Amino acid sequence: MKSQMGAAEAKALLKAQVNGELPDERGRFGPFGGRYVPETLVPAFEKLEQGVREFLHDAAFQDEFRRELREWVGRPTALSYAPRLSERWGTEVWLKREDLAHTGAHKINNAIGQALLAKRLGAKRVIAETGAGQHGVASAAACARVGLPCSVYMGAVDIERQAPNVDRMTRLGAEVVAVESGDKTLRAAIDEALRKWVSDPDGIYYLLGSAVGAHPYPYLVRELQSVIGEEARQQMLDQAGGLPDATFACVGGGSNAIGLFYPLLGDDMELIGVEAGGTGSGLGQNAATLATGTPGVLQGSYTMILQDDDGQVQETHSISAGLDYSGVGPEHALLQATGRVTYVAASDDEALDALEELCETEGILTALETSHAFAAAREWSQANPGKRVLIGNSGRGDKDMPTLTKYPPRIRKHASA
Amino acid sequence: MPAHERLTAAIKAANHSGRPALVPFITAGYPEPGDFINTLKAVASVGDAVEIGIPFSDPMADGMTIQRSSHAALSEGVNLEWIFSELEMAGVLGTPLVMMSYLNPLLAYGFDRLAERARATGVSAFIVPDLPFEECAELRAALEDQGLGLIQLVTPATPRERLEMLCDASRGFVYAVTITGITGGDAGLPADLADYLDDVQAVSDLPVCAGFGIRNADDVANVGRHASGAIVGSALVEVLEEGRSPKAFLKSLGGK
Repeated sequence: MKSQMGAAEAKALLKAQVNGELPDERGRFGPFGGRYVPETLVPAFEKLEQGVREFLHDAAFQDEFRRELREWVGRPTALSYAPRLSERWGTEVWLKREDLAHTGAHKINNAIGQALLAKRLGAKRVIAETGAGQHGVASAAACARVGLPCSVYMGAVDIERQAPNVDRMTRLGAEVVAVESGDKTLRAAIDEALRKWVSDPDGIYYLLGSAVGAHPYPYLVRELQSVIGEEARQQMLDQAGGLPDATFACVGGGSNAIGLFYPLLGDDMELIGVEAGGTGSGLGQNAATLATGTPGVLQGSYTMILQDDDGQVQETHSISAGLDYSGVGPEHALLQATGRVTYVAASDDEALDALEELCETEGILTALETSHAFAAAREWSQANPGKRVLIGNSGRGDKDMPTLTKYPPRIRKHASA
Repeated sequence: MPAHERLTAAIKAANHSGRPALVPFITAGYPEPGDFINTLKAVASVGDAVEIGIPFSDPMADGMTIQRSSHAALSEGVNLEWIFSELEMAGVLGTPLVMMSYLNPLLAYGFDRLAERARATGVSAFIVPDLPFEECAELRAALEDQGLGLIQLVTPATPRERLEMLCDASRGFVYAVTITGITGGDAGLPADLADYLDDVQAVSDLPVCAGFGIRNADDVANVGRHASGAIVGSALVEVLEEGRSPKAFLKSLGGK
């Protein structure tokens, strides 16, 4: 399998992507994607793919999905101008407020969409994995909403650092299953959820939370999350009077980023995905898959992954549980290969600084994941004064309080401005 | 004769002598890397073919036992190159070897180089649990160039038409997964196992070996009435962990 491409091929693939022709019928985004799953799950994936084809763009399904987004999730979410941040950065800064969506992050868009799909496919129960706990909370809430039992697989390390979300899931009626195997974070939780699914592929619906994994998940999640970019695009035209010069989103698996970027791919603007730079550039010190990874197959998809020379997937580090993942969605791997999106990394420290600055200037406690996007946008602003910037504010930071209490507010170095 | 046909012949030979073939599975380099070849030789002296597990960081189709053995082997530095060089030093064993690996370590090694090294070290075929037929053309071609086979897995969830396609595509034998689940299950074999295995055997021109959840002599005998062979993995790995004799255990299961 290859991942290098020439300029002509890159141009053709980008055009196909903008035209909505990807993934192809084999679930490929150019060389990336596909479906690498155990034989036991092949019929389950075929059933899911058929269900996606039958229902996702069906008018009745879309009516119900859009109604739930409006009446239960609280969409459209606001687009906020950030006057004090703009003044400090010297650019015009706009925030797409996914933190205002029900349960506090963009994850709910996908969760309610897939829960509705699970109902239509006749599932008896839903399983989900979670890293930061946001997808777990969203899945628990969505399953309660549609009346399906839900089990959430969560790494033991994440259970400790995201304790408030564990309580929320339990209160929303979900069973939280602690995963003690592997790296005890998101990757191990996905492995364990897949093992559970193998035990009952007919009865279980696996509600995957990011734009990763085997086909059709990267496509399905993108379609359900694209509402972010569709709304933001129109709101920018209406409120800012034009599209941004640059748009930023954080990237773990990449669901909020693909949801924001996908409707903007054909527009003339820079798109910048921001990964977790952790504490350094060495293997194991970060979760910057696109910046430092190599192509390989992880959890069902050929994509960029953090691995050693023997193809063993490596553990990652990030202060934010939601970005702490060794792989990335295959569509992001293509967007990097074609050069349409630039992927950069922000460190733990830069993310903490950015979180604090946003609190002080705009009264918004953003998620640690999202803070990475702010850190990169601030740096970009220094080099591009006077430009217009859109940042995907993918989630709120309340769930990060256990982590943040370990980092007392820094000297109020931003407050003097 | 291509190597995968020797594997088929070894299973048929066991059947001709009136018993199901026994295919033991070991994780390479577990529990002790230094014991790998001795363990392999002991197991090969009783088994009709041996399945060697290549450790992987994310064994998504495996239960706790193989997860444990894989992670332990990895932490001891076991990798494909080490395994091939150990096999090279061990020389020809006379018992066909099958390698079981998730796809990513094979991708990292390179398919052409993999197939050459495998043929040179007595490997007959590969089992790749996260590589469904639709994605396997590239690896299959590289293996067949060296006379090696890619063994296809079928499961109780496999629809009839797909079963025919997979049996037709398989080389060496057809791997019939006994249960809808992961390796190492101790819930017992399903009640309708006989019908399922009879169906697979009826469709397949190749011998059918059953695996997953086969733990004792009763299981082997039970499976052996409806399939050509039985694959014993987690139960054998547990025997090795406990420091018991793999040879005695496999003989108790009806090995040669």
